[in-house]
Amino acid sequence: MGVLRFSRKQLCIPYAVFLLCFVAAPLLVIIYYAFTNGEGNFTLRNLTGFFTSPYTIGTLAYSFAIAAVTTCVCLLLAYPIAYILARSQWKRKSVIVVMFVLPMWINFTLRITALKEILTVIEGNLAFHPFLNTVVGMTYDFLPFMILPMYTTLLKLDKSLLEAAADLGAGPFQVFCKVTLPLSVPGIISGVVMVFLPSMTNYVVLDMLYNSTYIMGSLIGSFFSAYDWHNGSMIALILLLIILVFTLVTDRYTEEDAGSRGGTLL
Amino acid sequence: MKNKKRGRAFILCPALLLWAAVGVFPPAGEGLGQVTAKEDVITLRVCNWEEYIDLGDWDEEELIELDNGVEILGVNALYEEFEDWYYETYGKRVQVEYSCFGTNEDLYNQLTLGDTYDLVCPSDYMIMKLMAQGDLEPYSEEFFDGEIEENYYRRGVSPYIARVFAENHINGESWERYAAGYMWGVTGVLYNPELMTREEASTWAVFDNPAFYRQITLKDNVRDTYFSTLGYLLRDRLTDSAFVNDPDYSRKLGEMMNDVSPETIQAVEELLAGIMGNIYALETDSGKADMVTGKIIANYQWSGDAVFAMDQAEEDGVYLEFAVPRECTNLWFDGWVMLRDGIGGDPEKKQAAEAFVNFLSRPDNAVRNMYYIGYTSAISGGEDDTVFSYLNWCYGAEDGEEGEGEQLVAYPVGYFFSEDSEDENYVVYTRQEQVGRQLYTQYPSRETISRAAVMWYFDEEETRDINQMWINIRCLDVREIPLWCVLLTLCVLAALGVSVILHKKNRYYN
Repeated sequence: MGVLRFSRKQLCIPYAVFLLCFVAAPLLVIIYYAFTNGEGNFTLRNLTGFFTSPYTIGTLAYSFAIAAVTTCVCLLLAYPIAYILARSQWKRKSVIVVMFVLPMWINFTLRITALKEILTVIEGNLAFHPFLNTVVGMTYDFLPFMILPMYTTLLKLDKSLLEAAADLGAGPFQVFCKVTLPLSVPGIISGVVMVFLPSMTNYVVLDMLYNSTYIMGSLIGSFFSAYDWHNGSMIALILLLIILVFTLVTDRYTEEDAGSRGGTLL
Repeated sequence: MKNKKRGRAFILCPALLLWAAVGVFPPAGEGLGQVTAKEDVITLRVCNWEEYIDLGDWDEEELIELDNGVEILGVNALYEEFEDWYYETYGKRVQVEYSCFGTNEDLYNQLTLGDTYDLVCPSDYMIMKLMAQGDLEPYSEEFFDGEIEENYYRRGVSPYIARVFAENHINGESWERYAAGYMWGVTGVLYNPELMTREEASTWAVFDNPAFYRQITLKDNVRDTYFSTLGYLLRDRLTDSAFVNDPDYSRKLGEMMNDVSPETIQAVEELLAGIMGNIYALETDSGKADMVTGKIIANYQWSGDAVFAMDQAEEDGVYLEFAVPRECTNLWFDGWVMLRDGIGGDPEKKQAAEAFVNFLSRPDNAVRNMYYIGYTSAISGGEDDTVFSYLNWCYGAEDGEEGEGEQLVAYPVGYFFSEDSEDENYVVYTRQEQVGRQLYTQYPSRETISRAAVMWYFDEEETRDINQMWINIRCLDVREIPLWCVLLTLCVLAALGVSVILHKKNRYYN
């Protein structure tokens, strides 16, 4: 005994290897391709090309629009549910929460296939509302990711604060606006992050719901299938940067809030 | 319970460690063993399309009993049976490492990223591209010797396919030296005859027909969509009788349908933008199911998939038909090519690769593949009539089988099975309905085939131009975003910004 001694740090090695092989190395390859041309020389043309083409900028805008609308719809649907669930006195709340998570146990392509048939029954012809269908599909897909963090935040909310506000003369509406809502901001933000970012690139939903307009994910794929690694990598890199900026901004916001209001709730 | 689990983990752990150790540091003895094994077992690395070979395991009832006395039943996967056949025929061991690819581009990317295979089965244009780059190993002269019994490909390939391969050249060399045909077909329109007439479906203009607004799909694939739109663009010239009767018709048709000059691409883009506003959507695979469920009434289809879709729809009581546009059609094929990098000048390996192609070309194996995949084999069988018997088995009808008030129709397929397209030995007597359905789809008529054009590969610049056209079609143009959307977005952003600032200020007052 005592020959092999593991320190806690060594437990990180498997993950570090994983990170190196599947995150760091591909990232370097992407950066290399993004800033080179077909002959392997350094170039900025891929970068300028992205920002000067009305089609790539249009695709970026379209992806943003889908993600923003999906996030809003998810937020509006999820908040009341999470609020009611968290506040209710019912003893078997967890059963209902499981029901919201349940769809996530089924593969999402299967769910979208089913949704396709349901929407066809409702709309008749799916080809007339591609944007609407996409938002419905994305919402269907990502709603649990919005409900869960908000539910957890609202559940852990200190009830005595609400009581104090009420004692000091605030009406129920005022309590909600001045206490509950500000305190649930961290949950809202993690929900928004978990819905907004994936819905910007989840092009499988568009393909399956007959929306033939490209979003960022499918645009990258189209460059790759035309053997154009360079432009494809540049778009991937830009997308990564957007995600990075978005995460940094929201992180700061959550930390600030959490710091001043006492502890992260998720 | 807990103890039991732990006990199992104890057994597993040493086993895993041992396995890992052997994998990372092979013992010296085993290394030696591999060298000797390498000498008498040839390893053949084959990469094929997914679901593109008979994997055997048929039920007993699936036994195909042909008129010529041949009985066919798939027991094992063909590439496994090849190993035994090779040993029995040549007395040497071969081991097939079989893998699959999803698209031609995937295969090409795999090859450029360093994967090596000996034998692959890409489509026409990818074969041309690989051939133009000098990546392919030519078939040996022995492979083309019709006197050798085992040369099933040479002895059985359809004269029609053989002619197409002989007539087309890349860098001054004909395709036949580098490629052996596997499956082939044409493209056309799969439609529901209850909702669309054959006349309406028999043109590439159908996708722009306002009568079928939002009811037809095109392929989510730039090559197919470009071809059909170009056929629509050039429809008047393509159907002009002076052009069709031109002695040089075939060559000119090929040139017209492979025109990727910037002006043509521009014209196709404009036309396609309009078509996109009329079709239901672009699809890759869902079209077949959507025809059955009634979401769409027609779609662009490859003949092999069309046969599959018709078979499936029939089971649900829906009858679909297949029409080939009168302007022209895209003759496509997949073929076996040997890769220079993989073969690496090894004559034994090359011989094994050629034997693999011959084995798949043996008429009974060609029938097994057709039965299993639904596509049409490039093999006609030569003197062996197994393939034609299979055709009769599938579609032939005898006197008395015709429906009420119906007569059997003679459907000649001589162009495929013999040099003579009028050959009376190769006529299928079938029911009238087959003429627009599976039989016609699998073996289009001579008249249909005469307007078929092969689509060439695009060079780097052309690929870029075509892809740019596709992006222009598929992407939202930022200049087309309505002003109110921009204003609304700006308002929302401004409101968000103001609320965040106010929120922060309030906090300092608190």
